[in-house]
Amino acid sequence: MNKKLRVGIIGTGNIGTDLLIKIQRSQFLECSIFTGRNLASSGMSRAASMGIRISDEGIDAIINEPGLCDIVFDATSARSHLSHAPILDKLGKFVIDMTPAKIGTLCVPAVNLEEAVESRNVNMITCGGQASIPIAYAITQVHPEIEYIETVSTISSRSAGPATRINIDEYIGTTEKGLRIFSGVKEAKVMLNLNPANPAIDMQTTVMAEIANPNLKQITIEVEKIVQKIQRYVPGYNIVVLPTYDNNRLLITVRVQGLGDYLPKFAGNLDIINCAAIEVAERFAQKNLMRNEP
Amino acid sequence: MSSQVLLYDVTLRDGSHAIRHQLTKEQIIEYAQMADNAGVGVVEVGHGIGLGASSLQIGKSLLSDEEMLRIAREHLNKSLLGIHVVPGYATVSKDISKAIDCGVDVVRVAAQCTEADTTEQHISYVREKGRRVYGGLMMAHMLSPELLVQEALKMESYGAEGITILDSAGAFLPDDVAERVKLLTASLKIPVGFHAHNNLGLAIANSLAAVKAGAHIIDGSICGFGGGAGNASIELLAAVFEKQGFETGAHLYKLLDMADRAEELFKVLPKITSSSIVSGMSGVVSVFSKPVARAAEIYNVDPRDIYFELGRRGAIAGQEDLIIEVAQQLAGKQSE
Repeated sequence: MNKKLRVGIIGTGNIGTDLLIKIQRSQFLECSIFTGRNLASSGMSRAASMGIRISDEGIDAIINEPGLCDIVFDATSARSHLSHAPILDKLGKFVIDMTPAKIGTLCVPAVNLEEAVESRNVNMITCGGQASIPIAYAITQVHPEIEYIETVSTISSRSAGPATRINIDEYIGTTEKGLRIFSGVKEAKVMLNLNPANPAIDMQTTVMAEIANPNLKQITIEVEKIVQKIQRYVPGYNIVVLPTYDNNRLLITVRVQGLGDYLPKFAGNLDIINCAAIEVAERFAQKNLMRNEP
Repeated sequence: MSSQVLLYDVTLRDGSHAIRHQLTKEQIIEYAQMADNAGVGVVEVGHGIGLGASSLQIGKSLLSDEEMLRIAREHLNKSLLGIHVVPGYATVSKDISKAIDCGVDVVRVAAQCTEADTTEQHISYVREKGRRVYGGLMMAHMLSPELLVQEALKMESYGAEGITILDSAGAFLPDDVAERVKLLTASLKIPVGFHAHNNLGLAIANSLAAVKAGAHIIDGSICGFGGGAGNASIELLAAVFEKQGFETGAHLYKLLDMADRAEELFKVLPKITSSSIVSGMSGVVSVFSKPVARAAEIYNVDPRDIYFELGRRGAIAGQEDLIIEVAQQLAGKQSE
């Protein structure tokens, strides 16, 4: 199979540029348009140097030439995505939303990849959601009676772009919604630390649950199972604290190292959401390319 | 205004750390009445990490944010009611809007020293609501004076009406504070403040260095009742500022009476321990003292080793989960 599905990327910040680099390696995807607002941004020059078609017209580049791509990654902001979504839907694009706009099907590939690729707008939740939700899901598979779960992620200051910072409240709201939906708890709380340390620290996420008598052995089995699934698309995802229990509190910590594509390896937060999005796009492409084969 | 200092009383917020966020209704009522009567400028109330921070990670508070604020509101007449807000914990829609409904007068939106741009939504929201809003830069020792100014300027541009730098790890020496405050007052149009922790026994000396360098907002708590080694003692601040010729507007004898009452009211007062000294030296946030002590006990490791390792990893407040990982790792090394 040598045919690839064509992909447009709107938004040329850290997320968009890292997606572009990952797509260059894909056997199912190729980037046909990389579009944003500022031709002088470092993402734009990176794309231009790779010979990718670029535009400073944002979504208009796709509106003016709808045949340009089949899949669109929206890596702008939650607010922009709200106006982009109906336009892209009308144009019949399969949309992967990287912002916390949360209007599409929320997706964590290790849990609901097949469901997601059947929808038209897939929301990748947040970096903290991609790291924490599978763990919360594994815990509640063993203990569906859990009513409260919380997660705290710490990311390096240098890995957070301007949109992440401005959208910090949306990050929390979207991650909490994802946790509730996937783990079935009544209440979820999400916290985010941005750490200024130099050298930069790796992304770290801890999931905690309030529970009286946890079955640590069974939880460990479920967690390890899902971690293996995640490692298939995020190789740098690892448990650093196994299920630990103290004073009614269950705690599990994972660390995420990135592939070091556009940002250095400490930016596991960027990597995990992008690797998850690529997983969705490739699965969608595989299915479509198979359907279209004679 | 050159010799005026606003005493910003963080007893009922930073002090929450010292009692695992278990402030009671009775404590809030009695303290708020005394502080109001003594004429402190602002009384800050809430969970140790501020609004929305009650959690398994940091510790659940006995009373909800709303309960604490409503109780304090009822007993403050002259002093302003303040809250601490850290983006990443509190959101505008879940927390800040509710706090404003509770009648909060002053909101201090604080971020780690490099993260001023996470505060834009929150600062501008409070401004829109017509309440006073300050910016706070935490763990200020982690950044050079010049870069600290850049971050403070961002907060000023969002609408902050004052900027306080927080020595969250109690790591500064007086010269460090003076250098930063001088540069900030020269660069900003709004007042500059300082928040001390006493890990190295320098909370008062550092606060004095701050006002001499031009700071106008100084944080303190009664007998230093605050996280880790505690803050600058507010009664001592009032005494020292009076001697130095700065006007606080507070009633010294009433503050001293409050200090006499504090031990009975709060049961535990902070002190400088070997752990808090190591915490200050290694630049680890002072409020880790309780969870570090707990982890050291469970995993049978030296708390001082935990601090130095946390310092090496650049841990900040909110990373309490890292304490468990570090303690487990140290315990693993011991058994090898």
